[in-house]
Amino acid sequence: MIAANQNDTARDGRLSGDMEEFVTVMVADQMFGLPIDRVHDVFIASSLTTVPLSPPEIAGLLNLRGRVVTAVDLRRRLGLPDRSTSGDEMAVGLEHKGESYGLLVDSVGEVMKLSVDTHEPSPVHMDPRWVKLSHGVHRLEGRLLIILDVDAVLAFDAEARAA
Amino acid sequence: MDELLREFLTETSEHLDTVDVELVRFEQDPNNEKILSNIFRLVHTIKGTCGFLGLPRLESLAHAAETLMGRFRDGLPVTSSAVTLILATLDRIKEILAELERTAAEPEGVDSDLIGELERMASADETTLLAEAAAAPEPAPEPVAPPAPEPEAPRLGEVSLDELERAFLEAPGPDEDFAPPAPAPMPAAVAVVAEPQPAPAPAPEAAKPAPAPKPAAKPAGARDTAAKDNASQEGAASGENVAKVQTIRVNVDTLEHLMTMVSELVLTRNQLLEIARRHEDNGFKVPLQRLSHVTAELQEGVMKTRMQPIGTAWQKLPRIIRDLSSELDKKIELVMQGADTELDRQVLEVIKDPLTHMIRNSADHGIETPAERRAAGKPERGNIRLNAYHEGGTITIEISDDGKGLNFEAIRKKAVDRGLGSEAEIERMSEAQIAKFIFHPGFSTAKAVTAVSGRGVGMDVVKTNIELIGGTVEIASEQGKGSTFTIKIPLTLAIVAALIVAARDQRYAIPQVAVLELVRVKKGSDHQIERINGTPVLRLRDRLLPIVPAAKVLGLDGAAADAGDEGFVVVSQVGRQRFGILVDGVFHTEEIVVKPMSTKLRHIPLFSGNTILGDGAVVLIIDPNGVAKMVDSGKSEQGYGFEEPTESEATEETETVTLLVFRGGGASLKAVPLSLVTRLEEIDASKIEWVGGRPLIQYRGKLMPLVPADPSIQIKSEGTQALVVFSDGDRTMGLAVDEIVDIVDDVLDIELADDRSDLVGSAVVRGRATEIVNVAHYLPLAHEDWTRGGPPRIANLSRTLLLVDDSPFFRDMLTPVLKAAGFKVITAGSTEEALQVLAADKRIDVIVTDIEMPGRDGFAFVEAVRAQARLHDVPVIALSSGITPEAIERARRLRISEFVAKFDRSGLVAALAETQPDIRSSLGEAA
Repeated sequence: MIAANQNDTARDGRLSGDMEEFVTVMVADQMFGLPIDRVHDVFIASSLTTVPLSPPEIAGLLNLRGRVVTAVDLRRRLGLPDRSTSGDEMAVGLEHKGESYGLLVDSVGEVMKLSVDTHEPSPVHMDPRWVKLSHGVHRLEGRLLIILDVDAVLAFDAEARAA
Repeated sequence: MDELLREFLTETSEHLDTVDVELVRFEQDPNNEKILSNIFRLVHTIKGTCGFLGLPRLESLAHAAETLMGRFRDGLPVTSSAVTLILATLDRIKEILAELERTAAEPEGVDSDLIGELERMASADETTLLAEAAAAPEPAPEPVAPPAPEPEAPRLGEVSLDELERAFLEAPGPDEDFAPPAPAPMPAAVAVVAEPQPAPAPAPEAAKPAPAPKPAAKPAGARDTAAKDNASQEGAASGENVAKVQTIRVNVDTLEHLMTMVSELVLTRNQLLEIARRHEDNGFKVPLQRLSHVTAELQEGVMKTRMQPIGTAWQKLPRIIRDLSSELDKKIELVMQGADTELDRQVLEVIKDPLTHMIRNSADHGIETPAERRAAGKPERGNIRLNAYHEGGTITIEISDDGKGLNFEAIRKKAVDRGLGSEAEIERMSEAQIAKFIFHPGFSTAKAVTAVSGRGVGMDVVKTNIELIGGTVEIASEQGKGSTFTIKIPLTLAIVAALIVAARDQRYAIPQVAVLELVRVKKGSDHQIERINGTPVLRLRDRLLPIVPAAKVLGLDGAAADAGDEGFVVVSQVGRQRFGILVDGVFHTEEIVVKPMSTKLRHIPLFSGNTILGDGAVVLIIDPNGVAKMVDSGKSEQGYGFEEPTESEATEETETVTLLVFRGGGASLKAVPLSLVTRLEEIDASKIEWVGGRPLIQYRGKLMPLVPADPSIQIKSEGTQALVVFSDGDRTMGLAVDEIVDIVDDVLDIELADDRSDLVGSAVVRGRATEIVNVAHYLPLAHEDWTRGGPPRIANLSRTLLLVDDSPFFRDMLTPVLKAAGFKVITAGSTEEALQVLAADKRIDVIVTDIEMPGRDGFAFVEAVRAQARLHDVPVIALSSGITPEAIERARRLRISEFVAKFDRSGLVAALAETQPDIRSSLGEAA
């Protein structure tokens, strides 16, 4: 029973019907959606321990209720400039291959329930880096929601080695 | 016994116990599919494993039982006779397992009785099904010819469904009817019928590793094997009963998880303690203390669950000793004590191999041959004793033998030979200090290299491995009485004491085991950091300690930032490498729980993990091994960067040369092998004197000529002038250069320069094109007689010398030296070329050959030379950059007069001089 349920929801937050739920985050004025079932929690990323000699995408390590979480800077991952304003960043807690990650974003929005009807593949001329990290786009009223491929976002290690 | 087999035995007997219980439940509740599929799964597993391990008897039994149960699953009514039969089969399997456990081999025997019956029952089902479907009794397809003529089998075809049903229902009936070819099945079956009845009552899942057949079944087993090994069976059976401890098998993951949770608890406790420290006098104190206690106890308890007896690491040793005894013709007894001493699984894994190695060493080096032992008045049989016991938070393992003990004289001599200290120094050392030399890499005093040991690899690895987990090894040895190695290792690796330090604004943890001492360094104080060409060192008790500034290795400072030489030096030791890590601050020691690094960060060798401190901050754990590696390799600025983690691996495989890089004329860098350089000097330019238009300086009581590295260099008249000093015998010269840049290790791949005599060629050093200077060019500029006169040690007999080296660089480098020593030099770039020269020129008096050459190496060359009668006695000197014991042994066999390090010019000249006075006698010695 449980296994069957997981199967249903495991695919990018696709519910049994044709609605999908996403947690929206803002990064550099662009809205991104993360499949809700991949998001464990949302927290303020404070007292980061930077890791010398680490890949630039890794912002550091932090203690989230006794767990050591690797904070990944989504801006750097997307090739965006670092945030100019200081202050604590928001982080979205994710799991990837049994390890805990915190994806640093500018702010966390709301949970959106979207119909697959508004979903489209990523535009062909989008930055290839972004294409690699996304699962298409949702057409919302007045703006576009880029759906992030969580596994791809957290797979920079393998990518870097292959390159 | 084979680890795999042992595991199979434990697992299978557990499975069988479960099947026993389940079968009886199933008999009472035949419609319960869950029980059936569980049984089916277990029997299937057993069958599969048996097949995998090559146990045909067990496999065919399990297969037959499985087939019958498959029929049950397909709807065959479950009868007690069928269940009885399966239980009888299970008992037979247990008997075989018991035998397997005793002898590690499947016993001889035939199971056709049971298999036949099982198959008959299974196919009877088929018949009945067919009968049902076709509504007419069909003759049985006679699927398997029963091996023993059984009264019922031929009748099978005619039996109607009703008859069969009835027959099955009459439980004892079929059993009685079988004319059992082997005595086993009957009593076994009976035993089983009686035995499982009480079984369902106790908790069915309490899987006990009880591989022995249940007492009721034992008579059957005993009868089966009585002829073979009755007594031992009894012994084994009683032993098993004794060993039956109440245990539960728990998944390792569960334990690991538990360990993690306890670790968290420890952290939380630390956090609370930290808070309590800050708030004086509050009500928390007492309960907190209690919590602290409970946590400590819980930690200990959980740690215990991860413990395994050290005996698991010793399993292979008796076998190894038995094999070695016969191989070495020695009589050795291995006594193992404290095999049940437990230690952490992780630690156990690490020490397995070192232990095996040390036992081999004891057998090979320690224990003498029976004849030697008799002569020494000892019993012929040597003893190796392994003893393990707990001591505080550590575990102590002793490996002692009653052999001949360490040969201190041989070690002393070897230590001197290998240049580990001067003769006088080593003479003064205590035996304990001398004994430690055996842990040096490549150190072996074994007279001959045997297959067992003596290759000089091993003890250093043993030590490194043990030190890696924070352990120590000590040796006590008494000549003629034996040696004892004492290993002390921590019980666990998960929680370690660490020193919390600060580098710039961040804290780091350094495992306490790696910390020898702390030294406060301050400018102007007793301990202050000095710099050699920018590289920091610290004078500590008359020794120079390399200093690694933490901020620098961690890349916390920009390139331009002043490192600042104040703070604390954490003196660490990894293997033989001592070094100091310069940190900005030192806080306290804390018990930390080591958490693994994220996979994204594991490639950074500097960190071994991370942890959460009492105040909740995440800190990185600095791996002293990683730092030590940087001390070794990071002689240049680039070494600290880690931009190319693969770099060090790549260079390890090829031979590297240490080069002195300097600037001197022209834009490009120049380099010279450091081994040719006597020293580096910076002199006051005003002291340079000009005599006859040539610059000279008073240097160490003599006049030393200076030669500019390039005609464009103006020797300075004021300020300081950098010099690279070369010397040969009594002569020295100073090469005036603009600036000394660095000392680097790199693979030297020289492109020859034909048109310039001052350069050997150019090479890429540390990614930059660098000109390799030909020292031979400058020497005559300083001393006109350098090449002409020749050192006085060798009389000018104008002997002919053949120099074989694949590297043109070394040929060019050595030719002038050899010429200067009075030889007529012929060079060859390969073994083939050299052999041609030898064939063509009959007057080769001495051969100097490189050992490491592509294709046929130096040894092969010397072998070819020795094979020729004419050249049988020609002295040969071998050049090598790394001398291994194997090489020395090989050289000895080939009567190579001397091994000389490639850059050791004076050594080479001395070796050549030795070949001269009386060739015959020196050869005699070498042989």
